[in-house]
Amino acid sequence: MLHVLRALALALVLAAGPAAAQLSIEITGGGANQIPIAVVPFAGEGALAQPLTDVIDADLRASGRFRTLYTGPQNLNEASPIDFATWRGRNADALVVGGVYPLPNGRYEVRFRLYDVPKQVSLGGLALAMSPQQARATAHRIADFVYEKLTGDRGVFSTRIAYVVKSGPRYELQIADADGQNPQAALVSREPIISPAWSPDGNRIAYVSFENKKPVVYVHNLATGQRQAVANFKGSNSAPAWSPDGRLLAVVLSRDGGTQIFVMNADGSGVRRLMSTSAIDTEPQFSPDGQFVYFTSDRGGSPQIYRVPAAGGDAQRVTFEGTYNVSPRLSPDGRQLAFIRRDGGRFQLAVMDLATRQTQVVGEGPRDESPSFAPNGKTLIHATETNGRGFLATTSSDGRVKQRLSVPAADVREPAWGPFPPAN
Amino acid sequence: MKKILAAIACAALVAACSTTPTDEGAAVESRTPGTGATGQAVPGGGVTGTPIGGGAVDPLKDPSSPLAKRSVYFDFDSDAIRAEFKPLLDAHAKYLRETAAAKTLLQGHADERGSREYNLALGQRRADAVRRYLVFAGAPESRIEAVSLGEEKPVCTEKTEECYARNRRVDILYQGEF
Repeated sequence: MLHVLRALALALVLAAGPAAAQLSIEITGGGANQIPIAVVPFAGEGALAQPLTDVIDADLRASGRFRTLYTGPQNLNEASPIDFATWRGRNADALVVGGVYPLPNGRYEVRFRLYDVPKQVSLGGLALAMSPQQARATAHRIADFVYEKLTGDRGVFSTRIAYVVKSGPRYELQIADADGQNPQAALVSREPIISPAWSPDGNRIAYVSFENKKPVVYVHNLATGQRQAVANFKGSNSAPAWSPDGRLLAVVLSRDGGTQIFVMNADGSGVRRLMSTSAIDTEPQFSPDGQFVYFTSDRGGSPQIYRVPAAGGDAQRVTFEGTYNVSPRLSPDGRQLAFIRRDGGRFQLAVMDLATRQTQVVGEGPRDESPSFAPNGKTLIHATETNGRGFLATTSSDGRVKQRLSVPAADVREPAWGPFPPAN
Repeated sequence: MKKILAAIACAALVAACSTTPTDEGAAVESRTPGTGATGQAVPGGGVTGTPIGGGAVDPLKDPSSPLAKRSVYFDFDSDAIRAEFKPLLDAHAKYLRETAAAKTLLQGHADERGSREYNLALGQRRADAVRRYLVFAGAPESRIEAVSLGEEKPVCTEKTEECYARNRRVDILYQGEF
């Protein structure tokens, strides 16, 4: 009977398997000052296809800010009295306990509690109702709760990432959970797709598709799958970037000659030119306060990063070191600028503190591209390459913790980290 | 039956070949680059060009015509038209001037190093340079569109200088070919 059940379970897993090839994750670095935490298997979670605490454990470990301790089954739940001396003896600074309880109509309630072990106090907990299909999402929410209570920063375990997978002649714009699970194809094409950009509400993605033998900017509604060509002028249309309020798109058009930045309404109406130069101006990015547009320009003879008031005006140069600084991306707090720097033929991810102008190279190169900040600003994702194969790498903004995300036998590129999910 | 099928396949091949003239061994038509990134297009029709004028050989497909050459190559970080390509562009300008139905799409390309969007801009600069040359040589601007495919459609995928040089190009396509 057990064999039959296993076979059934396997068949179900296969049937429910994602249509798109899974991203696999490998952690390649470790942070300093990691918090040692014990995530005790939740009472009753064996009823689920995958234990919640496996997902919580993996999330916390992958963030680089926690060291997770193996506890084995403990016969504890969120209501159990805690023997703090024992957990101190195991060097745990934090402890998570909980239980999974069946509700009528196939749903479950998950209750958990987080403890500060040295202080011997509860830091709170939650009760969450879920369907079995929501188990991973529930685990990510619990990991977000733990991460925020213990680090003071909002967690990004419930966010999503967009990226492009190229396998042979096939291009797919995929959306996956931040841990690489649950990938879904938003667009499949025989022609290239580049420069995906999330709308601030996370409901739409703008991107450039070459399906008409030239670059055209589309806005794609993720819930309905409906999409609209919002910039399809004579010449090339590319590099879409949303304003922080989601009402405007900066785009790059060649319709009036050259490669120049324009601003328009998100539906494609009201197109106006931001600057007039005879140089290449491209890769616009709004600052988080909406006041400036950062961009790449070769107006000084080599590609460098500049910024201009979003309403138009005089541009100021931002990068000065080196002869190739491109792909500006602002951190969510507006204090840091991530970009790609070429140094001796190597293209590497760098981060500049905008107040002090100090720059730190955090990527390993030699072909780093397309940086994108996580919405809490603590991690960056970017594209890179080894042995001719593209993959994605995440790195903490101090460069210490690194992970790589790859798809077997395919190129992965053009990552964009989505916003926080709406509060509920 | 087999023979008939083979003959059909062969005829199809010949037709396909005649629409993909080569220059320095580089496939000009963007449907046959080394990456296989193109293959079947999502929308749009087939590869076959539309013959212009009845009976006569289409000069765009006549291998002895300069119009069969469809790629212009560029130096690193440059959009200057090299002297060797001027006779070819002069021939295309004349054809566009004299053939009222002809429309052309100039697809600029860059090598793969660096930012995809910046490379798109470099390819655009090359396509714009070819457009300006054609207009200067008398081709009507209204029937020319200059676009860029950036680094997305390499004809050569090795990481060598020779390969990068073949990817820094503008391809000239006529109606029915894009």
